[in-house]
Amino acid sequence: MEGTAPLAQTSTMIDLSLIDWLILLIFIGFIVGMGFYLKKFTRNDEDFFLAGRRNSMWVAGIAFMSANMGAMEVIGYAGNAMKYGIHCAHFYLIGAIPAMVFLGVFMMPFYYSGRIKSIPGYLKERFDEKTRVLNAFIFSIMMVLVSGISLYLLAMIMEAMLGWPWHVSVWVAAALVALYVSMAGLISAIFTEVVQFFLIWAGILILPVLGFIEISPAEVWQGLENISWGHVHLWASTGDPGLNPMQMTWMGMIFGMGMTIAFGYWTTDFLIIQRAFSARDLRSARMTPIIGTYFKMLLGLVVVSIGIITLVLMQDEGTGMRALLTNAAGEIQYDKALPIMMSRYFPAGMIGLGITAIVAMLMAGQAGNMSAFTAVWTYDIYHAVFKKDATPPQLLRMGRKATIAGLGLAVAGAYIARSMPTVIDYLQAIASMVLAPGVAIILLGMFWKRLTPDGAFWGMLIGCLASFGMFMMQQLNIVEPAFFTPVDGAGFMAANFWRGLWAWMIAGGLGILISFFTTPRSDEELRGLVWSLTERKREEGLVWYRTVGFWATVTMVLFFIINILLW
Amino acid sequence: MTEEPNGQSDYEQMKPIWYFVGVILTVIGILVVISGVMNLINPPLEPTVLAHLHVNLWWGLIITVAGLAMWLTNRRVGS
Repeated sequence: MEGTAPLAQTSTMIDLSLIDWLILLIFIGFIVGMGFYLKKFTRNDEDFFLAGRRNSMWVAGIAFMSANMGAMEVIGYAGNAMKYGIHCAHFYLIGAIPAMVFLGVFMMPFYYSGRIKSIPGYLKERFDEKTRVLNAFIFSIMMVLVSGISLYLLAMIMEAMLGWPWHVSVWVAAALVALYVSMAGLISAIFTEVVQFFLIWAGILILPVLGFIEISPAEVWQGLENISWGHVHLWASTGDPGLNPMQMTWMGMIFGMGMTIAFGYWTTDFLIIQRAFSARDLRSARMTPIIGTYFKMLLGLVVVSIGIITLVLMQDEGTGMRALLTNAAGEIQYDKALPIMMSRYFPAGMIGLGITAIVAMLMAGQAGNMSAFTAVWTYDIYHAVFKKDATPPQLLRMGRKATIAGLGLAVAGAYIARSMPTVIDYLQAIASMVLAPGVAIILLGMFWKRLTPDGAFWGMLIGCLASFGMFMMQQLNIVEPAFFTPVDGAGFMAANFWRGLWAWMIAGGLGILISFFTTPRSDEELRGLVWSLTERKREEGLVWYRTVGFWATVTMVLFFIINILLW
Repeated sequence: MTEEPNGQSDYEQMKPIWYFVGVILTVIGILVVISGVMNLINPPLEPTVLAHLHVNLWWGLIITVAGLAMWLTNRRVGS
């Protein structure tokens, strides 16, 4: 988030009672204990990397959302709502819902197959080995980087709230995740994610309720409107970047955030899609992201409410919120919105639950990063490049070792992040660099059978390099962020979305161009991997209210209603 | 997935995930309720905003009831 000051600059130390400590320690002990319990059920690589493909749509759907509910998502977006007002809801609506529905309705039938175990695995089947390895390398680097930033953030929160030394928090958190994920892999990650999902809700759901008891929704709305008209209109204020706090236009929002970044994350990021791969059948896999949409919208309501209540309370000097949220240099620390609101409303016991929810968010995110990283490393790099004849027991052993090595790299990443205090601001930029070119190639490959392996490989590679080049031009102040957008005055966030869109177009455009001069794969080879060569199976024998189509339609209707209400 | 001599696979002997969710919610819910009761008996010197609502008491109770319901309905292995 742009301009966010490091959290640990000022102290917001919270005194925990004995019961608060007990809650936190019981939770940590429980999660590690579950890892030991589940280890005996992990006998082969499919158990470790795909959780045996036996999960119901509810377990897969909850784990799918839990992997998305990392500390950065919840704490970061509560701060984001404080900064951008109601506009933060875009991340939970146009920035998520259409892509999640598209994944469930159109893409999952291609992904969910016995022979595909990861997204790079799909790229191998659809294109060739080099495209798979390129995507696997890029994804692995992103996972380690994101994991490092996430660890850095957790340690910073623990230092600011509990006074724990930063170094201790980083190592203890990494060791805990390494312990339970290396024991049972994805089974362990999914089980703990589902447990953490409920604890996260138990810890944060009540927060906006208490906020709205102190200050009514009407007063919050009025308070926001007093700050600016753009703070309360989701779309009406996007005609001109100067009218809304995010400095975005509707074009950047729809094409940059909605079509590029959101599709990149929700339809090609293996971290979350791995959960759908663990479902027991195709219908459950397709329902996984659809179930996720409902939780995503509810999470948006909770997180945005926390942010805007904090913002409105801060305007009233009598609440003392401004002093708590401002550091010595006079900068507002947006990321403190959630912890400050917890310390404002939560008495003993509840504060232990709140801290546990924050730790659960971090661990859920970390476990997600690591289980995805180990699957991609083991199947798509180790097995594909270094040891083609690896046996299932060897793959299982490599998965365990990769979990520990990955967390070691993440700790190194946390130290690098610590040396660059603004690194969290650029998380969205990392996503735009890695995911945007990938989604262009995957979508084209799924719906256009003429896309060749060479077109895919070079399109993805040059798209990533171009995105990185644009990012560096902006970082080195060679150009202003608005250089990448079609309108003057666009801000940092708008530039992220537009750079993603350019990378998407470069990757896709090059992919198409090169495909016209190179040889495509035969129809026989592509059967079941592209839209035109895949038999569409109707959901026969199911009553209408149990079909994927019905629930996807309900989601989209809700999506439009919310957008119109907040217009 | 290996088959056991009695015909049950390993997975069929695994406790359902909802069992674990129920256990942890119940334990944590009870602890939150206890802290609520302690706050009632000995009000804190520096109360939080809306402390008079005793949120730890009723929210802890809701978590406990939800946890117990999940725990008790999912005790059976393989359900």
